[in-house]
Amino acid sequence: MRIYADNAATTKMSRAAVEAMLPYLEEYYGNPSSLYSEGQKAKEALEEAREKITRCINANAKEIIFTSGGSEADNQAILTAAALGKKKGKTHIISDTIEHHAVLHTLKKLEKEGFTVTYLPAHENGIVRVEDLVNAITGDTCLVTVMYANNEIGTIQPIKEIGAVCREKGILFHTDAVQAVGHIPVDVEDANIDMLSASAHKFHGPKGVGFLYARRGIRLETLIEGGAQERGHRAGTENVPGIVAAAAALEEAAGSLGEVSERVQVLRDRLIEGLKKIPHSALNGDPQKRVPSNVNFCFEGVEGEALLLLLDDKGIMASSGSACTSGSLDPSHVLLAIGRVHDVAHGSLRLSLGDDATEEEVDYIIKSVEEVVTYLRGFSPVWRDLVNGKSKFIL
Amino acid sequence: MALYSEKVMDHFRNPRNVGVIEDADGVGEVGNAKCGDIMKMYLKIEDDKIEDVKFETFGCGSAIASSSMATELIKGKPVSEAMELTNKAVAEALDGLPDYKMHCSVLAEEAIKNALDDYYSRHPEKKKEQ
Ligand SMILES: Cc1ncc(COP(=O)(O)O)c(C=O)c1O
Repeated sequence: MRIYADNAATTKMSRAAVEAMLPYLEEYYGNPSSLYSEGQKAKEALEEAREKITRCINANAKEIIFTSGGSEADNQAILTAAALGKKKGKTHIISDTIEHHAVLHTLKKLEKEGFTVTYLPAHENGIVRVEDLVNAITGDTCLVTVMYANNEIGTIQPIKEIGAVCREKGILFHTDAVQAVGHIPVDVEDANIDMLSASAHKFHGPKGVGFLYARRGIRLETLIEGGAQERGHRAGTENVPGIVAAAAALEEAAGSLGEVSERVQVLRDRLIEGLKKIPHSALNGDPQKRVPSNVNFCFEGVEGEALLLLLDDKGIMASSGSACTSGSLDPSHVLLAIGRVHDVAHGSLRLSLGDDATEEEVDYIIKSVEEVVTYLRGFSPVWRDLVNGKSKFIL
Repeated sequence: MALYSEKVMDHFRNPRNVGVIEDADGVGEVGNAKCGDIMKMYLKIEDDKIEDVKFETFGCGSAIASSSMATELIKGKPVSEAMELTNKAVAEALDGLPDYKMHCSVLAEEAIKNALDDYYSRHPEKKKEQ
């Protein structure tokens, strides 16, 4: 049995998405900028895909540009707001400590160029507080960028409240909604979102395709210069098959969203309850305000990569925020930001369930994690010191 | 290609010489939990020979495999030979480690040296003989 519990990393393409893209690989492979019918057919499909996507997030077609994914959309949104701010002499940006690196590294670049960035704390539950935002706003603030849902711990931010504050103060609001779109309801109008990033491979579409929503009137900075595609805001022959598949995937995901999330959420909570029974473990992030599929735990006295390798042997695919899996010396910045110390953050496990997860799978995961954690603790000098009272339990 | 060699996975899945020696003649511990790797080595030494060795490790797959392999490489060997163990020898015996995991083999070497230092500090007369 193989259980894919790493859907926050990427998802399997849906049948609908695969089937939608095939004709544009083999039949209508023309360049959408060409005038013969094969090209125009591709162009039509492109615009139809754009329409479909707008309906899923309550936007207008002219407000969507296709990108190579979430990272590019994040870069473009933030650099756009920064350029607009700079023109007005405003160089202050507000973000938070648990953003994806696509956002954080773009902000770092801007800091080097003279922008100042306030990183709002995500507190112990992994959720930004609106009052912290209100206090951080200055007359110099040109952008607020806060993610919709976190990719590691799944916490959902108070996006509508943040949008309302930004609208009232006349500050641009961008949200990285890569983990939200297709998983929880997203309405850019209702939440006063000015710019939003999404990525198809997180909602059963293909990898390397995403989009940026930018409210009418926002002049986007062009990151990729060249042809006039995407109304001049993103050069390069459009990835028509990928875009068509992305739209088909999102349409399907958005259509079954309520039903799927209700079902998956029950399984998520069952998984959380089961893992909680492992001694000296703790759930990361708010237990309720999290995406339906996300479970993230720390287990004291074990290291995440070892945990993952043994779970893989048992057929379970998951991920961890340990340094060993990130290829850096530090464990996940998200876990550190919510107050997990290094020692404990190394022992983290993220399980992100698929839409088709079953109760049997969840029970098998619980049993397997328990076995593996117990086994690794059995020869962990850290665990021995904890048990012998030489050091104090944190969890 | 897989992240780790077959050898690494074998030593990770079936680590040799796991455990504790209660009346060890030398104990060494290196690394720290902050970095995500701790290795502890226990040595039983008789007639200047490594009679027994056991380890405990908190760390990733390659840390566990490196500890396991290091114990295999010194078990039954004269202390003088154990003293010569290098991280390279550990990594080579494992059919290599990814570059960014080489520090695991360094830790294994250090843990053993640390345990031998402990042994010598308990038996200063042995050190002179060397
Ligand atoms: C929250 C978040 N933002 C951005 C990205 C980057 O998306 P992509 O892989 O499409 O560039 C990801 C995916 O890893 C993500 O989870």
